[in-house]
Amino acid sequence: MIAQTLFDRLWSAHEVLRRDDGASLLWVDRHLVHEGSHHAFGKLAARKLPVARPDLTIAVSDHYVPTRDRHEGGANDTIRRMITTLAQNAGAHGIRHFGLFDPRQGIVHVTGPEQGLTLPGLMVVCGDSHTSTHGAFGAYAFGIGATEVAHVLATQTLWQVRPKQMRLNFTGALPLGVTAKDMALHWIAELGSDGARGHVVEYAGSAVEQLTMEERMTLCNLSIEGGAKCGIIAPDETTIAYVKGRPFAPKGDDWQSALVAWSKPRTDPDAQFDREFEIDAGTIAPTVTWGIVPEQAAPISSRVPLNASAEALDYMGLKRGDMLAGLPIDEVFIGSCTNARIEDLRAAAAVLSGRKAKVPGTVSAGSMLVKRMAEAEGLDRTFIEAGLDWVDAGCSMCVAMNGDKVAPGRRCASTTNRNFRGRQGPGARTHLMSPAMAAAAAVTGKLTDVRELAPKAAMQKVGAA
Amino acid sequence: MAGWTAHTGQAVALPMAGIDTDQLLPARFMSTPRGEGYGRFLLYDMRFGEDGEPHHAFPLNKHSDVSIIVAGRNFGGGSSREAAVYGLVDYGVRAVIAPSFGDIFASNAVNNRLLPAAVTDADSETLLASLGEDVQELTVSLDTCQIQLGDRSVPFALDPVWRTKLIEGWDDIDLTASHSATIAAFTQRDQTERSWAYLRAQGDDPR
Repeated sequence: MIAQTLFDRLWSAHEVLRRDDGASLLWVDRHLVHEGSHHAFGKLAARKLPVARPDLTIAVSDHYVPTRDRHEGGANDTIRRMITTLAQNAGAHGIRHFGLFDPRQGIVHVTGPEQGLTLPGLMVVCGDSHTSTHGAFGAYAFGIGATEVAHVLATQTLWQVRPKQMRLNFTGALPLGVTAKDMALHWIAELGSDGARGHVVEYAGSAVEQLTMEERMTLCNLSIEGGAKCGIIAPDETTIAYVKGRPFAPKGDDWQSALVAWSKPRTDPDAQFDREFEIDAGTIAPTVTWGIVPEQAAPISSRVPLNASAEALDYMGLKRGDMLAGLPIDEVFIGSCTNARIEDLRAAAAVLSGRKAKVPGTVSAGSMLVKRMAEAEGLDRTFIEAGLDWVDAGCSMCVAMNGDKVAPGRRCASTTNRNFRGRQGPGARTHLMSPAMAAAAAVTGKLTDVRELAPKAAMQKVGAA
Repeated sequence: MAGWTAHTGQAVALPMAGIDTDQLLPARFMSTPRGEGYGRFLLYDMRFGEDGEPHHAFPLNKHSDVSIIVAGRNFGGGSSREAAVYGLVDYGVRAVIAPSFGDIFASNAVNNRLLPAAVTDADSETLLASLGEDVQELTVSLDTCQIQLGDRSVPFALDPVWRTKLIEGWDDIDLTASHSATIAAFTQRDQTERSWAYLRAQGDDPR
């Protein structure tokens, strides 16, 4: 038998048919939709088609939802219309909807795993590029466009050409104070923002095995920032322990058969990848971006590169050779599908505990359940006493669609996923980093190596509850 | 959706790498119904200042009737927003030529009859240099997968599945409907073999 990868097995399990030209029709297990689906529902309406599998479609309000004054329903009429349109489309088609006032509402990539909707072995799609997050469970999960969303709504299937495969082996162990966010920014800086284009990336190696599920989600989330089709990690005991007992996780006999199924998807030792890289996790440092694409990232102890592009420097207001540590910032944002799960908030709070922030900032939990959990642990007090705003869950200042944004020219230390020009608002300057690093920046008002500021907090394993 | 095999039009160079989908179509315009047209939002923050005044030096503001864009590597990376393609298509763009494209962008492009033509770095440099700051007539052919600029011809790469789709003008939903019996058979078997992967009907959701 030919050696197979984890991805080969996932692909086979979902292949309904293969055309002579090589395109395959794949079965979709979970289709997540958010407010941006209005184009796709419009296409469906134009053809008078029903949703094929409303039971496997889940709507979550996240991109446009207000994080403040939620009772007002949105910052303006357009935003309110986007939120109500999703509710109407979900209602009309009998789709589960975690809407604005549902206690389970959150960012779709936080809510899906949290509710047990995301499982090992599934194929998950969503009209959002950070759907790669769900690959942390050993699911084949990727973002699609509106035409494809309409196709999945209409048929619960998707035409795909088989992608290539890449494996990133993270050997050794992460140093203290270094996180999954730093692993991601590190490999993207090494290989480039299109370094994994056309490839599924399997993350493997001891440093990956040691990650908690929340850290794995951060790593897989950022796969798209390296151009990957998706990220994927083999399910193990950590995965199963996370999934067990979640509201939509299989129960009874289904749980038992799921356990059998989940023991299978593994990459055979002699399986071949199109490309393979090894990274010593022990060499990774806390990493920040200095430019306008995620590949423009460097260790906090370094300087803006001497070959940095003029375009990036001009937008970011930096000069070649500028020290990254010590660069003054105007505000911080802790949130997004990348870094707003409970462990992320704990990591940030550990740094901020008993300290005051020198700059304003916002902390937006990844879901309302994460928010409640954080409040039960008293993390909200830490953020509020430090002087940061503690707000409701949504995409918020990561994509600046709900009214939360960074003003032109202002510099933001952000736990989000994209430092693109204008991403956090027109003219906004974004530096991507881990939650602990963003918290450290809040405390000093400048980019700071968290290991120097808060050695104790940095030494705390992020996942430790 | 009508297919096509060749297009001749005015080409302009955008000699930058990494024009992401946030640049192609800023998020704040994405709530606009498609029927209202997305062409005016294309590359908005590059074309216009904060005061809404056009940057006259920006290539798309210097030339009108452009239907082909030649750009640097990693064109259309980032967000999955199909609105980035709507912006290009509604503006009148039929083909983008670059060394590499974001995967989701390229897929969205083909779904909207827009050609993402991948060329080598060297050919990209040549085309960008030939165009300079002017526009020139250029032809892209899906039959031959060649780009013709004056007497110069360079090949482009395109997945054969996408090439056929552009030429035939296939609509995937119609195509899939023709396989409905195969899908039904798959689902029937799969729901038994992987019953754990399916969800119960809505109504008594667990908390």
